[in-house]
Amino acid sequence: MTVRIDVTAPDDPRGAHVVANAPLVGVAGLTACRLTRVHHVDGALSPADIERLCAEVLVDPVVDEAVIDGVTPAQGRVVEVALMPGATDPEARELERAAANLGLPEIRVVTARRYDLIGELSDTDVATLTRRLLANDTIEISAEGELPAEFAGAAEADVRVDDVALADLSDDELLRLSKDRVLSLDLTEMRTIQAHFAGERRPPTDAELETLAQTWSEHCVHKTFRAKIDLTHTAADGTVTQSHHDGLLPALREVTEELNPPWLRSAFVDDAGIVAFDDEYDVAFKVETHNHPSALEPFGGANTGVGGVVRDVIGVSARPIACTDVLCFGPADLPDSELPTGVLHPRRIRDGVVAGIGDYGNKLGLPTVNGSVLYDEGYVGNPLVYCGALGILPHGSHPTEPQVGDRIISLGGRVGRDGIHGATFSSAGMDASTVDHVGSAVQIGDPITEKGLIEVIERARDAQLYNAITDCGAGGFSSSVGEMGEDLGVDVDLAVVPLKYPGLQPWEIWISEAQERIVIAVPPAKLDELQALCDAWDVELTDLGHFTGDQRLVVRHGDTGVVDMPMAFLHDGIPRQELSGAWTDPAPTEVRAPDPSAQHVLRLLAHPNVASKEDIIRRYDHEVRGGTVVRPYVGPHADGPADAAVLKPLGTSGTTAVVLSNGICPAVGRHDPFAMALLALDEAVRNLVAVGGDPDQVAVLDNFCWGDPTKADRLGSLVRAVQGCTEGARRYRMPFISGKDSLFNEFDGKAIPGTLLISALGLVPDLHRAVDSAGMAPGDDLWLVGQHQGALGGSLASDEFSLGATEVPTPLADPLPVYRAVHHAIAAGLITAAHDCSDGGVAVAVAEMAVAARQGVSVIVPVDGLDPFTALVNEAPGRFVLASKPADRDAVAAALGEHARHLGEVTGSDRIVYRVPDNEIGDGIERLGLDLIDLSLADAVTANTEGAMP
Amino acid sequence: MSAPPVLIPHASGTNRDLEAAQAIELAGGAPTIAHVNELRSGTVKISDHAAILLPGGFSYGDALGAGGRLALELRTWFADELAAAADAGTPMLGICNGFQVLVKAGLLPGPIDAPRSVTLTENAEGRFECRWVTLRVEPSCRSGWLGAVGGTTIRCPIAHGEGRVAVSDDATAARLEDGMVAFRYLADGPAPTSDTPVAAGGVYPANPNGSVNDIAGICDDAGNVVGLMPHPEDHVLAWQRPSGPEGGSGLPLFEAFVAAAR
Repeated sequence: MTVRIDVTAPDDPRGAHVVANAPLVGVAGLTACRLTRVHHVDGALSPADIERLCAEVLVDPVVDEAVIDGVTPAQGRVVEVALMPGATDPEARELERAAANLGLPEIRVVTARRYDLIGELSDTDVATLTRRLLANDTIEISAEGELPAEFAGAAEADVRVDDVALADLSDDELLRLSKDRVLSLDLTEMRTIQAHFAGERRPPTDAELETLAQTWSEHCVHKTFRAKIDLTHTAADGTVTQSHHDGLLPALREVTEELNPPWLRSAFVDDAGIVAFDDEYDVAFKVETHNHPSALEPFGGANTGVGGVVRDVIGVSARPIACTDVLCFGPADLPDSELPTGVLHPRRIRDGVVAGIGDYGNKLGLPTVNGSVLYDEGYVGNPLVYCGALGILPHGSHPTEPQVGDRIISLGGRVGRDGIHGATFSSAGMDASTVDHVGSAVQIGDPITEKGLIEVIERARDAQLYNAITDCGAGGFSSSVGEMGEDLGVDVDLAVVPLKYPGLQPWEIWISEAQERIVIAVPPAKLDELQALCDAWDVELTDLGHFTGDQRLVVRHGDTGVVDMPMAFLHDGIPRQELSGAWTDPAPTEVRAPDPSAQHVLRLLAHPNVASKEDIIRRYDHEVRGGTVVRPYVGPHADGPADAAVLKPLGTSGTTAVVLSNGICPAVGRHDPFAMALLALDEAVRNLVAVGGDPDQVAVLDNFCWGDPTKADRLGSLVRAVQGCTEGARRYRMPFISGKDSLFNEFDGKAIPGTLLISALGLVPDLHRAVDSAGMAPGDDLWLVGQHQGALGGSLASDEFSLGATEVPTPLADPLPVYRAVHHAIAAGLITAAHDCSDGGVAVAVAEMAVAARQGVSVIVPVDGLDPFTALVNEAPGRFVLASKPADRDAVAAALGEHARHLGEVTGSDRIVYRVPDNEIGDGIERLGLDLIDLSLADAVTANTEGAMP
Repeated sequence: MSAPPVLIPHASGTNRDLEAAQAIELAGGAPTIAHVNELRSGTVKISDHAAILLPGGFSYGDALGAGGRLALELRTWFADELAAAADAGTPMLGICNGFQVLVKAGLLPGPIDAPRSVTLTENAEGRFECRWVTLRVEPSCRSGWLGAVGGTTIRCPIAHGEGRVAVSDDATAARLEDGMVAFRYLADGPAPTSDTPVAAGGVYPANPNGSVNDIAGICDDAGNVVGLMPHPEDHVLAWQRPSGPEGGSGLPLFEAFVAAAR
């Protein structure tokens, strides 16, 4: 018998969110929205049992109203939304377990959400609200009126292994097969597979073909980054340079090997890069992307993005301790008329992504401490979601050698159909039909299951219960087991794999990804101890098979053969690509700088890329684990953006703290991707040094998000950016320790701007000496570190005031001296506040410090031969604004030497005043500096915190 | 002086147990983190502990409302042991999810068998929020062990989505005001400027979640069971405090808790 139980909290504030958002999707008539949680409970429950279930679990008598065994009377137009049958539904699962707690008969539950939409609404309005605010048909079903309950059947597999006839297929047919099955394999690769199985005198099974597609996907094997590439680079003056690149990834690794600092523990070989923290501990850092899933289902995409990168860090035996995220969206105010068909509005993507990141990180108990949000029209069809995770592990505690005879143990979440083709889906562009083809690639996260994995792996590591570990990322078991058994060979039985719901075929079980699953190699003698640990922490353990030593990949489902291939073909059979790229530097333009005014500064402060993101940041727990030293927002009102995050890992001794920062400047890359790489690296380092990080012990991560690399212009800019990275690593003496490339970021053939994120990981020697941008007091001196440059290409000012600049700042040739000088001044305790000069130049840096500290300031900005506007807003690298106590003036001047100039004072007034030195005006008139801009602090606060002109 | 044993139960999804243990240690106690499964199997016994601290997190993902399922487990699996602990006057402290669990289990405000009249529900803003707040330990609170820090101010973060204290009627609100309000949100959350504490007056963000009468935490009739939404365990070391006024450490609260367990 199935009973429907509706529970409504009439004051639920989430209804008000729907009402507030309705006008943004063009529905004016919605006046109220009432939310109801719907539960369909199937089981042999008596009325008394149901009453007990409601009283003990479902209905809070203080705030809820319930309708038992009936339907809530409609108060308006009713829309019901439910997850697709079989999808992870934590509320249903916990209700089933709660019934067991209460000793009730076994029940099965499905849940739904019901919206009573009240107001003057047309059919179109209801359809619009449903489609754009209430439901996402990638993962949910919805209907006007009541949805019937759909219970999934018993979770048994559909044991069917099909052969795929390849032998007689023409080139066109091979390509069609690749597209239809979402294999994302090109013709050369399809022919290689065809030839291999011709040699075997049999067709491949579906699972073998899928295994090859996963293992050979761009996502897993980084084909473009291993390809041989010819680059034609045309400079602005027409000079053409040809160069050959024997693999981009090898080039990045080569610099790391060349630098090879003593604190480097592991780079590029594992799921995450590892560096030393102190004598006892190492830290692991990884940044991933989850762009395509987030485009289709923002909450689930970002949610599993966090889950995936945290799983990467667990995959190097580390305990995750923090998250970062950098997000790129289309403009939040994009008119509906400019939204391409098949694309969610940037605002909806943003809100879903932010909620998804918060949900997963918060539930894992990880502080989300560093990040950025960029808005640009280039990301309308294809947003970028970079998710990072930091972990900690005792030095030397990460085992990496599986042994013949070791059991192949899967820990964590069950296998479902969500998560199939994640690897291959991310290796192709998107268009309006994408959602129909690959909706299954979007997973539903389950952070509590991953939290259990974190607890179990930490303890299993400390008890030395496993010989190797790898995460079950894109490609599922096919990648994780296939990679781990590359040298030894494996024999695996899929019949033992726990499934979420029925009907999965063996190939689906084999390749489905889950964020919450880890595979470890366990000596048989240690299996009982591991099982006891898993029982204690509610983690499901499955023994899939063993490492054989015969160098073959053997997969069965009971007695049915699924895969039988040599590991050598799987891992080394992929043909190496040969590609051509071209890049042409743009011609310089003549830029007419306006006379600077208060309005200019206010508009820059209110620009979406500068204005406060506090609304977003507050949705992430940035305090959990009690180690946050420098928070995302600082100052007396906690609304000044911090340059970087400083963390003291819980359980570590001494004063050493970790610092995390990032640099990203896609607007520069539009004009010069080589400079973009160096300037992004500079930004990451600037941010890191500004809070007290030591520039002599910094590791960096690259994350390339680009368009289709088979197109020459996209590939050309990608190669230029990689050249910038290798050059930067040498100039800054900072090794890349891990990276990620996400290519094919295109919608309808339109590529995103090539976007490089540099994430930096460093150390603050003494956490008590960490500084932020708001620590200054009235009377403090202000200093400018570094030199202006006149080039405004890629700057915020060029964008905001449509200056059309194409010439970008020149990267620093020898950056370390200035960074060491600033670091030593901070480490000596001479600096009260520090902020880097980035978007909006010195003008914005000074104003942001004034806003963060709520202190008026007065500065005399040197112009160095530039016009005053350009001096104020240029974004040359290597610059900071620093504050220090008046008593320390001489010491600061001595510590910073030639790198710094006195800029002004913290006045304690309610004005932000910019002047230029009188001797630089050149008109012969004597005066104490020319007042350029005199701005009210209150106006600056309004512009910056509300993103609106006062 | 020996360190009193303090039990910190962990359910799947609990996550501020390590910081809670750090705070207990700094306060002179001996913390033991034990999974609910270990308590159930008897590997770890509630009765071997002099105090119980239910930490923050998202027990079982809060899928049945914050703390709902762990509360049910406490009621169905550990009712007798908890009743015995309560009768013996064992100090119990629930923080964030632990507070939600104590309320949903009926231990706060109690008695355990009474119909629920107080709850913790969706923040008035309708979303999860993390920010620093200022609290006062109510001097009029009847909790004996909390009396040692009565009237003091604590600055610490909140990090919750369901932290609004709501009551079923005015009589319940009046009952709480009769010595059962343990903590109240103060005005000027980020930076208190006046020596005389002023309650937040329901104004966001000083009162970050819309709790009735600015209530941040309550105690039971006997005063040994105390719960609060904010996280004093995240401010037990001076460097954990963001810029702003000195003081406001949460450590004295844990010292009072551990002292009561001696």
